[in-house]
Amino acid sequence: MAGLFSLPTNENPNLETTPVGDADMTNQNTALLSLRNVVKHFDISGGLLDQLRFSGGRIVRKHTVVHAVNDVSFDILPGETLSVVGESGCGKSTLARTVIGLYRATGGEILYRGERIDNLNDNGMLPYRTRMQMVFQDPYASLNPRMKVREILEEPVRFHNPGISDADVRSRVADVMEQVGVNPLWGVRYPHEFSGGQRQRISIARALVVDPEFIVADEPISALDVSIQAQVLNLMMDMQEKRNLTYLFISHDLSVVEHISTRVAVMYLGSLCELASAADLFGTPRHPYTQALLSAIPRIGGKAAGHIKLSGDVPTPINLPPGCVFHGRCPHANARCMQEVPKARQLEGGALVACHGVEEGRI
Amino acid sequence: MAGLLKRFRQSYFLYSFLRDPVAVTSFALFVILAASALLAPVIAPHNPFDGANIDIMDAETPPLWKDGGNPEFLLGTDNQGRDLFSAILYGMRVSLLIGVGAVAMQACIGIMVGLLSGYGSRRLDNILMRIADVQLSFSSYMVAIFLGAIVQMTFGVGRYEQVAVPFLVLVIGLAEWPQYARTVRASVLAEKKKEYVEAARVIGLRPFRIMWRHILPNTLTPVLVISTVQVANAIMSEAALSFLGLGMPVTKPSLGSLIKSGFQYFFSGSWWITLFPGVVLILLVLSINLLGDWLRDFLNPKLYKD
Amino acid sequence: MQPLLDVSNLTVKFALRDTALTAVNDVSFTLGRGERLGLVGESGAGKSVTGFSILNLVSKPGFIAGGSVLFEGKDLTRASAETLRDIRGNRISMIFQDPMMTLNPVLTVGTQMIETILAHKKVTRKEAEAIALDKLRKVYIPSPERRLTQYPHEFSGGMRQRIVIAIALLTSPSLIIADEPTTALDVTIQAEIMDLLLELCQSEDMGLILITHDLGVVSQVTQKIAVMYAGGIVEMGDTGMVVGEPLHPYTRGLLGALPQCADKADCGLADVAAPRARRRLNQIPGSMPSLSDVPRGCPFNNRCELCETVCTTTRPLLEVKSDGRLAACHMVA
Ligand SMILES: Nc1ncnc2c1ncn2[C@@H]1O[C@H](COP(=O)(O)OP(=O)(O)OP(=O)(O)O)[C@@H](O)[C@H]1O
Ligand SMILES: Nc1ncnc2c1ncn2[C@@H]1O[C@H](COP(=O)(O)OP(=O)(O)OP(=O)(O)O)[C@@H](O)[C@H]1O
Ligand code: SF4
Ligand code: SF4
Ligand SMILES: [Mg+2]
Ligand SMILES: [Mg+2]
Repeated sequence: MAGLFSLPTNENPNLETTPVGDADMTNQNTALLSLRNVVKHFDISGGLLDQLRFSGGRIVRKHTVVHAVNDVSFDILPGETLSVVGESGCGKSTLARTVIGLYRATGGEILYRGERIDNLNDNGMLPYRTRMQMVFQDPYASLNPRMKVREILEEPVRFHNPGISDADVRSRVADVMEQVGVNPLWGVRYPHEFSGGQRQRISIARALVVDPEFIVADEPISALDVSIQAQVLNLMMDMQEKRNLTYLFISHDLSVVEHISTRVAVMYLGSLCELASAADLFGTPRHPYTQALLSAIPRIGGKAAGHIKLSGDVPTPINLPPGCVFHGRCPHANARCMQEVPKARQLEGGALVACHGVEEGRI
Repeated sequence: MAGLLKRFRQSYFLYSFLRDPVAVTSFALFVILAASALLAPVIAPHNPFDGANIDIMDAETPPLWKDGGNPEFLLGTDNQGRDLFSAILYGMRVSLLIGVGAVAMQACIGIMVGLLSGYGSRRLDNILMRIADVQLSFSSYMVAIFLGAIVQMTFGVGRYEQVAVPFLVLVIGLAEWPQYARTVRASVLAEKKKEYVEAARVIGLRPFRIMWRHILPNTLTPVLVISTVQVANAIMSEAALSFLGLGMPVTKPSLGSLIKSGFQYFFSGSWWITLFPGVVLILLVLSINLLGDWLRDFLNPKLYKD
Repeated sequence: MQPLLDVSNLTVKFALRDTALTAVNDVSFTLGRGERLGLVGESGAGKSVTGFSILNLVSKPGFIAGGSVLFEGKDLTRASAETLRDIRGNRISMIFQDPMMTLNPVLTVGTQMIETILAHKKVTRKEAEAIALDKLRKVYIPSPERRLTQYPHEFSGGMRQRIVIAIALLTSPSLIIADEPTTALDVTIQAEIMDLLLELCQSEDMGLILITHDLGVVSQVTQKIAVMYAGGIVEMGDTGMVVGEPLHPYTRGLLGALPQCADKADCGLADVAAPRARRRLNQIPGSMPSLSDVPRGCPFNNRCELCETVCTTTRPLLEVKSDGRLAACHMVA
């Protein structure tokens, strides 16, 4: 029966895993979480009949594959906030969901404190469930509308601590509710009785009740109003301080990312372009895509039209361009960029950049 | 409890219900019909199943307001001299019992299959949905004929009367569960993409717990809506089967078998034996369907125009 | 000179079950020819309803309960259906967040553009096509001849929004109302679209009402900003002044809540209480009240640090303050 319920995976056993590249520079022992050449593909070919194509006088079976995340490697250090930015569809959410185990990686390895977790089954993953938690984007969809807030928060505690007394569960949940700024007396209400910001607090509380050390937050503030965004960001920063949390923070709001991150990773079309400390990246962006992205931030009091204009459209992740995925829009592209995939290289100062131009010193 | 009652009185549900005259009328009609069916032993002036009470001499008495009407028999009597009014009350009881029972059975099977199919792997989904397709391609009449033959063989025609109700529940229940399975599966597929389900998985909950505790309660709205329609359909199916002689025996009549028993006298002048059970059947089914329509519109505000 | 648009005391209500909800409360502003105004505020503040009611397009339970909208001297709240039809999509165009609200998925872009022109102008099909091509070039769509024969789904999100802008330009309107035109788009594409809107407004001398919740975006594009809160305008004035030295406690809180300002301290908020830790953002406590129970007196009083007794009893009116700006607050001189 277990087999019938396992997640639909798109396992591709033939996929080559390239040896760990230059990206592998951080000491394995100190990293909280390491991604090693992580690849995630989605097979969207549908049923057998949809896959059949007529070509060259023969019927062939053709798979349509979305290359959502391609060969991404980096480490997340304890206590830091690592943010991932990039435009819509570049694979940020897919990366986050692969890290937390909602998707199974097509290739590569994910290590948690040096132990592989990407190939574990449900039972093997269980101990990690109390260490890694997730906060979601949509405050309306991420809480079960038919459960009272207290039930939502008590469920994880009871599940991970079988035999715990009711009084202990209550006090633990009440503690966390207090910490995130939701009155524990409101536990008897249903989620729809709360505003978006309050729901996001409850969502954070649900992640915190199992006392994790690592939290993946996928656009936790995108759906909130500016004045509420500040409340939730402050809460997340407070919790980080108090509980020594590590965050993988995903957002497309670059000024928020600049404010709260220790380090920032920039993705484009499933590939990692640049990873550097927040000050470094926002101060001296090196990758041409990072430069274009940062120049487009609408700065208050800034002038429009000061940004780098990119030509062309974003290609689809179904047919990835050869070579550098950015070459079609890059103002610095040359012949090499169209053929050879750039590897992430570490520069002096610690920034990782995957670009031939930077490597050759042209940019 | 008082608080709950107060909340109900102030709820939007009650408010929009009271604003819709069709819904109120059909609800009132349904309550009257259902109550009189349930209270048949109390209300009915005669016990149509008590042989001692029945006098064949009273057979085919016309309704009260016709010539020859007897004040003892409000709606007249049937060909055996049973009081038609009482027979209709008792018959409606049987019809409702079978309708509700069959739908309960459909819902049990259908919800189970729909949940497994929607939340399980793609292969399990394929298997279950093909079974549902096969099931749907048999009409309930074929199932009834087939199972009826088996049941009558095992129990003998004489004892069939005793097992007729569970038998019809089984037949109609088996014939229509794919409706539920499909509805539930569709909403499971929609719910399972939502982030609260992902959150439950990140907590580490087991698939069965996620299905029961998290997904199922959120799929019950469409289940409620089709349930009303399905009860009406099941009552109709039962009536049709009985009319064809595959359902309730005349000795323990449902509305359908009452219609059937009077049908042969329809043109010989005793039209009331068929007409009154027929009218009651139509009113019952119509009121349930109208209520179902209202419920669907209420729960699906997107359908509202303006 | 007569302004292009003169909205005065506009009030829009929605008739609900037992009460009426005031979505737009006594809103007044004017817009000169070729002037650009930003309407900012949180979700539910009444920005979109204000935009719709300018065109007298408030849908059913809603109705314009008072005030007037003078467009080139005509009062649109009292105009005949015919006059309105002539003005909508012709003299005033609207751009929505979702381009598919404007585009019909089953017609080619060319057909839709040409139909629009033919509906409003007396020209031949040939001339209409020429106009369409011209406008597509204006919004920098490459190879417009080929694009005319394509369907909306063949374009990317950013391209679709540019097509919508091209359609809005077809009849050379004198006012464009853009309701969150870039909210669904990425920053790089947002920057392009905003550039384009700004450039077109300047070259064609069009007025623009830009509805958004992104203060960064409005501050780059518009000359004036009106900040809305709970259905009313709480502060209005020159863009540089509003984002540079906000007067109203809400505007100050809103700007202080932005990470950009917390990091750079260049938003003129030096006198706002310094954040506790360096990284903490300035937050406004609580959230905007739902429009069905706005507090008595000042609608912001339950979140305001400066709240005094008068704020709980009397609603402050939008009035000229010392530096010539408009603000609705008792405590601002
Ligand atoms: N379950 C899925 N099945 C098929 N394709 C998917 C699935 N999830 C994501 N994709 C595809 O993978 C790519 C990356 O999607 P992803 O959601 O990770 O992007 P994102 O960076 O999070 O974008 P956004 O900013 O819009 O959230 C997209 O092209 C998307 O269409
Ligand atoms: N059709 C409607 N029926 C009832 N109330 C409505 C309707 N449309 C809008 N409202 C009310 O009007 C208020 C203002 O809505 P509006 O759409 O103008 O907000 P907004 O400022 O544009 O917000 P957003 O940023 O979310 O678009 C809302 O709070 C809502 O309660
Ligand atoms: S590798 Fe070449 S195409 Fe890619 S970003 Fe660098 S210069 Fe541009
Ligand atoms: S009027 Fe009073 S409550 Fe309202 S913003 Fe001004 S000080 Fe605050
Ligand atoms: Mg995402
Ligand atoms: Mg709006």
